[in-house]
Amino acid sequence: MSNNSDIKPNLISASEIKPASMELETVRKKLAEAKGPKYWRTLEELADQEAFGELLEREFPRQASEWVDPVSRRGFLKLAGASMALAGLAGCTRQPLEQILPYVRQPEQLVPGKPIFYATAMPFHGHALPLLVETHEFRPTKIEGNPLHTASMGATDLFAQASILNLYDPDRSTTLTYMGELRSWGDFAMAVNSMINDKDGLKAKQGAGLRFLTGAVSSPTFGWQMKAVQQAFPQSKWHRWDPVNRDNMRAGSKLAFGGYYDPVYKFENAAVVVSLDADFLSGAWFPGFVRYARDFMRGRKLENGDQMNRLYVAESAPSTTGAKADHRLVLRPSEVETVARVLAAKVGAGGAAVGSLSADQQKFVDAVAADLTEHKGKCLVVPGEFQSPAVYALAQAMNGALGNVGQTVTYIDPVEVDAVEHGQSIKELIADMNAGKVDTLVIIGGNPAYNAPVDLDFVSAVDKVKLRIQFSSYKNETTDQMHWHVPEAHYLEAWSDARSYDGTASVIQPMIMPLYDGKNLHEVLAMFTDQPGTSSHDLVQTYWKSQHPTGDFETFWRTSVHDGFVANTASPAKQLSAKAGSLPAPAAAGSEVEVSFRPDPTIYDGSFINNAWLQETPKPLSRNTWDNVAMISPAMAKAWGLYLLENENDHQSDAQRIIEIVFPDGRKVEAPYWPQPGHPDNAVTLFLGYGQSKTGRVGTGTGYNAYKVRPSNTQYIASSAKINVTNRFWDIAVTQGHFSMDDREPVKVATLEEFIQNKNFAHEHPEEEPKDNGDKQESLYPNYKTSESFYQKYAWGMSIDLNSCVGCQACAVACQAENNISVVGKEQVQRGREMQWIRIDSYYEGDPANPSVYFQPVPCMQCENAPCEPVCPVGATTHSTEGLNDMVYNRCVGTRYCSNNCPYKVRRFNFFLFADYDTPSLKLGRNPDVTVRSRGVMEKCTYCVQRITQARIASEKEDRDVRDGEIKTACEQVCPTGAITFGDINNKNSAVAKLKSGPRRYDLLAELNTRPRTTYVAAVRNPNPKLASGTEKT
Amino acid sequence: MAQIFHRSANTLARASILGVVLLLSAVGAALMKFQRSPYVTAQHIAPEQPVPFSHQHHAAGLGLDCRYCHTSVEESSFAGIPPTKTCMNCHAQIWTNAPMLAPVRYSFSSGQSLQWTRVHDLPDFVYFNHSIHINKGVGCYSCHGQVDAMPLMYEENTLQMEWCLNCHREPEKFLRPKNEVFNMKYQQPTPEAPVAVMIGGKKESFTDQLVLGTALRKEYHLRTEQDITSCSTCHR
Repeated sequence: MSNNSDIKPNLISASEIKPASMELETVRKKLAEAKGPKYWRTLEELADQEAFGELLEREFPRQASEWVDPVSRRGFLKLAGASMALAGLAGCTRQPLEQILPYVRQPEQLVPGKPIFYATAMPFHGHALPLLVETHEFRPTKIEGNPLHTASMGATDLFAQASILNLYDPDRSTTLTYMGELRSWGDFAMAVNSMINDKDGLKAKQGAGLRFLTGAVSSPTFGWQMKAVQQAFPQSKWHRWDPVNRDNMRAGSKLAFGGYYDPVYKFENAAVVVSLDADFLSGAWFPGFVRYARDFMRGRKLENGDQMNRLYVAESAPSTTGAKADHRLVLRPSEVETVARVLAAKVGAGGAAVGSLSADQQKFVDAVAADLTEHKGKCLVVPGEFQSPAVYALAQAMNGALGNVGQTVTYIDPVEVDAVEHGQSIKELIADMNAGKVDTLVIIGGNPAYNAPVDLDFVSAVDKVKLRIQFSSYKNETTDQMHWHVPEAHYLEAWSDARSYDGTASVIQPMIMPLYDGKNLHEVLAMFTDQPGTSSHDLVQTYWKSQHPTGDFETFWRTSVHDGFVANTASPAKQLSAKAGSLPAPAAAGSEVEVSFRPDPTIYDGSFINNAWLQETPKPLSRNTWDNVAMISPAMAKAWGLYLLENENDHQSDAQRIIEIVFPDGRKVEAPYWPQPGHPDNAVTLFLGYGQSKTGRVGTGTGYNAYKVRPSNTQYIASSAKINVTNRFWDIAVTQGHFSMDDREPVKVATLEEFIQNKNFAHEHPEEEPKDNGDKQESLYPNYKTSESFYQKYAWGMSIDLNSCVGCQACAVACQAENNISVVGKEQVQRGREMQWIRIDSYYEGDPANPSVYFQPVPCMQCENAPCEPVCPVGATTHSTEGLNDMVYNRCVGTRYCSNNCPYKVRRFNFFLFADYDTPSLKLGRNPDVTVRSRGVMEKCTYCVQRITQARIASEKEDRDVRDGEIKTACEQVCPTGAITFGDINNKNSAVAKLKSGPRRYDLLAELNTRPRTTYVAAVRNPNPKLASGTEKT
Repeated sequence: MAQIFHRSANTLARASILGVVLLLSAVGAALMKFQRSPYVTAQHIAPEQPVPFSHQHHAAGLGLDCRYCHTSVEESSFAGIPPTKTCMNCHAQIWTNAPMLAPVRYSFSSGQSLQWTRVHDLPDFVYFNHSIHINKGVGCYSCHGQVDAMPLMYEENTLQMEWCLNCHREPEKFLRPKNEVFNMKYQQPTPEAPVAVMIGGKKESFTDQLVLGTALRKEYHLRTEQDITSCSTCHR
């Protein structure tokens, strides 16, 4: 649990770091004096610490360029000498002979060297995200959203992007085992067969003692199979457990409607949106998020006139949804229900107001209620998945009372097959196991030994089961408790089907044969319905044949598979009205610390723990990597004596004090604390999914295990915990302070009113405008603009809309997948050597108790006057005629001058051999159109030049120009909200040229005269004039 | 004290300064030469192949079109190496028992690919695209040489960057009408043998390669010399 630095000799151990003292008072004072920067990133910056100065002035933070590896200076010089001597000869080496292996019989559709795209879908804990997968010679290499499908519209999220790495993960389970010994699938099939058909087998017992345990499933075929299994074995039972489940929503639905129904929101029709702890803008745990984010942000683009929707967020843990709010109310987890009750009573949705509100809360509620009443039928109250059932019921009752049902929200039958409350379901299973009623347990997916509620003690209960079978793609904690372990196929390896948030069914089409002979859930169930050996394809097809008995099945099937969805399968809306009459009494708010359990923003429930891309992706708000933290408010850090820093020469991102969170029944967990601006006081947010004891080489030793203290009765909010401060520290790697821009104003913001009065608000500071007098400017840079050979045909440019960016990090992962970007590991991230080409800077404004937050994605700016170009001694970075700052990896000798000279700090250097050239499975997943960079090479965003080249060649072959929108960069394509637009700025009718000619366009650090091709569209917020400031304090 | 060195040593010392300069230049020149030598570039060296396939026999002798085997050359970056099935289209009927073709038959029956050695092997950081060259009037001959005269395949040119730039800097020296791209017997125009080609919808006759090339550059909308010598044209 303590920091593991002692096993890494070249890591500065946390105990050597003397944390510095920076009092919150200093921060507050600074703010009061208004001397600090208007926008700040870290609390240190706010307090203007010396350490921050160092961070700012150096290209990489401390130790980044120091020789701290355990190699002596002498040894280093020896190596350096030798490599100098060999350097000259390196150019003369002979290329090794390579082989070409053509097909024996080439598949018909395949054109070698050209990718093929197939539609499929990613099943994700009870709903599906429709996808289009790029394959090269039938190796999937990149995942995109399915533009034909309404749940994606071409966009995806970071889990879908990163799931391709799970497919090629060398640590996946590769072998079928019985009691840890290798067995064949045939052995297993025989064992199952005798288990079923023996004289006293399951058939004879009508399935008594047979239990299945899965996560939430939306596959219609699986539902149909399970029905057949339960007919064959009437005594068998199917249990569900997903640690991140929709139990509270389900329970709330029962309260409001008397049954389980899923809500489908229509954000495009809502002028006022109120979120009660609902993270609908960045959470894959919020089904439909990709579509919702898009619909919601369309109402904020100010494309047509000055109309803009308004978002109120009352939340208990900082989320990106809260960051995008026009008004954000910070609440302790239990207070959300109180606010919901008062609000419901105010808008006439019934329910008795219980508890009293503070003045600020009351003001917020009054304003929200008035705004909602003014927008009947055009507003929306969204309850959070992790809030109490009462909040859900109240929110839907409010939607009913405000006439929103049918307008901004509809209700459908659950997308999840046979929806149940998972907490209840696993409780029953464990009770039965303890009672000795379970003989055979089949676990498909999941890892209950690690993540089942701690009070139920799954591990000791499962010990009483005679035969335990696990299908899983990883060997995990649960595997240790099992007899049989069978590798599960990845979703890109086998046929299946799934339904998206609105019920639309997709056939999941595999891209590749199972790499490790894995089987998927359909093939498992088929063994119990006397169909062993039937392929997943036949099973799925048989089901759909039964759904399509008349007409031409072949055409239906081909169309459905090709398009990625089965037409007209969206669930019809139900006519329901929510009642909030008899709600259970709210849990009494504890006077002590309340604890929220949340899925980790990048690791989810722990299922992505061995995914290096996601591990290294900074969490959207805390921006730490490779660990989870315990989030608290800066004020609590002060109150509990967790000084932010104790020595001004250090900064926060190196080591954090460990706190111990103790629950009334004695359960406790140790975690590094993180003071998150905007977090409620007297509350801690713990993130699930880390601290696994048995995982692959990526996930081992990362984070703490919050499941250890998560009970079944309070899955998401626990009251009355105690905090103990320890004297130990945890190394954490936080990127928030990296690549900082001093106290300039990198983001430009105005309110809607200000914007209407002054469309030019982003250009108020003449000193920040480029000092460029057009072509007359005397400059050391070559003037490409007047050159006859540059910028003539195409001039590529990008526009990033700060209003639309929700900071979800999907672009960073998409870029990583498209451009073969390496991961560097926690220790290297601490030194500021992270590699992701596009970073999302988040800026805070105002009081750390509840600041406004702005996200700013920063890729390479592709400057026209590029400071990086003239300083390269070997011409490895040059200006292309289309305005790109080309990066020639094979020329780069690694002087890093370019990176030193880059004002935006968007260049990334391979300090070591970060790319894995050896692991065979990883080679399959790389983009063959992009070089895999080696050690000592600088790299950076190139606007996906491989995509530009492909589109240009395609257009040239057809003797036409590249069409607007034909080239989508990876970041642009993945973005759910359309925040990024790429195109040709020479074409005045292109989307990007139009955005760049708008009044809100501004350039980052324009005063440096770099003439960046990547420009920004300033943010506009739409606060309620009746609420004075944009953010409320509790 | 007696002199250690004879007076003539002075001359020797002076000469050796020059000698060192000359030696270094010679070493430099030798390295440059070496770096361009067939030993390094594999130019004109035919590597051993599982089957001694003769382009001379198949292309010139039998008159097979390049695209019969290299099917994707017009649409993809990769020209395509024919699958074993393509070989067996004919060799299921002729030379069915030739010992030379045993690896082909084995591949076809076993499903194992033939393992050809790459003859034209660009470094992995170079992204060459066949289709755009074919579509802009660069003949197979311009890079691959007289393939139909090669009993065993070898590399005609060095495929080094300076060689690529020869053409990217002055494509007009090498362009030919699109309908002559696959023609191995095509000759550049001379006053004796002019080349006729459709330019702007009109048939025109050319007697000089530079004039023809310049006209074709315009006709085929080639990008400018600066465009196609930008680094990202080939490197990314």
